[in-house]
Amino acid sequence: MIDKSVASATAAVADIQNGASIMIGGFGTAGMPDELIEALIARGVRDLTIISNNAGNGETGVAALMKEKRVRKIICSFPRQADSHHFDALYHAGEIELELVPQGNLAARIQAAGAGLGAIFTPTGFGTLLAEGKETRNIAGRDYVLEYPIHADVALIKALQGDRWGNLVYRKTARNFGPIMAMAAKTAIAQVAEIVPLGGLDPEAVVTPGIFVQRVVPINAAAALAA
Amino acid sequence: MERLDRKAMAARVARDIPEGAYVNLGIGLPTMVANYLPADKDIFLQSENGVLGMGPAPAPGLEDPELINAGKQPVTLLDGGCFFHHADSFAMMRGGHLDICVLGAFQVSATGDIANWHTGAPGAIPAVGGAMDLAIGAKQILVMMELLTKTGESKLVERCTYPLTGIGCISRVYTDLGTFSVGPQGAGIVDLVPGFSIEDARRSTGLKLDAAALAA
Repeated sequence: MIDKSVASATAAVADIQNGASIMIGGFGTAGMPDELIEALIARGVRDLTIISNNAGNGETGVAALMKEKRVRKIICSFPRQADSHHFDALYHAGEIELELVPQGNLAARIQAAGAGLGAIFTPTGFGTLLAEGKETRNIAGRDYVLEYPIHADVALIKALQGDRWGNLVYRKTARNFGPIMAMAAKTAIAQVAEIVPLGGLDPEAVVTPGIFVQRVVPINAAAALAA
Repeated sequence: MERLDRKAMAARVARDIPEGAYVNLGIGLPTMVANYLPADKDIFLQSENGVLGMGPAPAPGLEDPELINAGKQPVTLLDGGCFFHHADSFAMMRGGHLDICVLGAFQVSATGDIANWHTGAPGAIPAVGGAMDLAIGAKQILVMMELLTKTGESKLVERCTYPLTGIGCISRVYTDLGTFSVGPQGAGIVDLVPGFSIEDARRSTGLKLDAAALAA
């Protein structure tokens, strides 16, 4: 019997090593897998490369990783926000490397990794600072920039429900990067509010097929929904 | 002159959005356009974090932290609305499926370049988000901004001096002093507020500003 469910967040992240590249789902705090990140911090790993849309909001999630100085490099689209003070301090102190990627290119590069593409040509960013030095091509009259896929060792994502085969459904705008990050990482770990029996998810409504997910961790449903 | 306030600017933009349009409203000033869209018409609002058919802000106490817009503010979902992941969301832009994007800007050039993501100031932390995707992300990209800076410099310019977000992508600029067309033919006047003349507009912007559309 295959059972991808893992009893605790601590057990789910127990083999993540120093220097790992880690995709973290979430747009702001919606979809941020806070409990998995707390377990990662408790594990003590450092020199991480984080791929996430933002560089942390407030005190939890990616912000907590920043506060604990566990991140060597972040690849993101929108680091600077009203509540990104932990990232801001590291950046100004020169203690973190930033690779800034337009949000749609971030999504496309992650998706390309999961889909096995060698690269993509994207129109976004053509002629701007963020495309400087990159290969370009005019295809059928439109200008494109060559961008490479973003792979990761691990993806930490948050979904609403999962089953023991790893199938996932999400909740509202907390879905955001979850489905594509699950595809792009060697090990995708999803925290869910509830693990349901096989057959408990409508197969027509499954968003992430279990083939993309290696571990599913139930996190207290009431707390996860209220978070 | 009868300078438009921000509400009046939002109402002006809303008048040009037809029923059936799929629309993304950028963070900040453009978000206000939603308040002036006619309630009796189906206009589909997209938010790049993964919502189509986005509704207004919820009543106090009914906010859901997992139902937010691109500005990370709580919103609602209309009946018929739906959710999707980020790759699908940006495919809606890049793939030319959206009809209209409305963006704020630091500067727009006469040929339709836009600068709205980074001032380039030393020490400033750059953040781009979806700005570059949105700048090329619809059949029509509109800008909504005040025409002049607080120190009186035109934000409609011959060439942008701030780092560019997109090249030749803007078609129309809605401002507090009038509406302007931009593109390969250069900048033109669509309308001006009463008391702000063609000469005033040309003097304020330093641009030639074709006024043929206005005369017609």
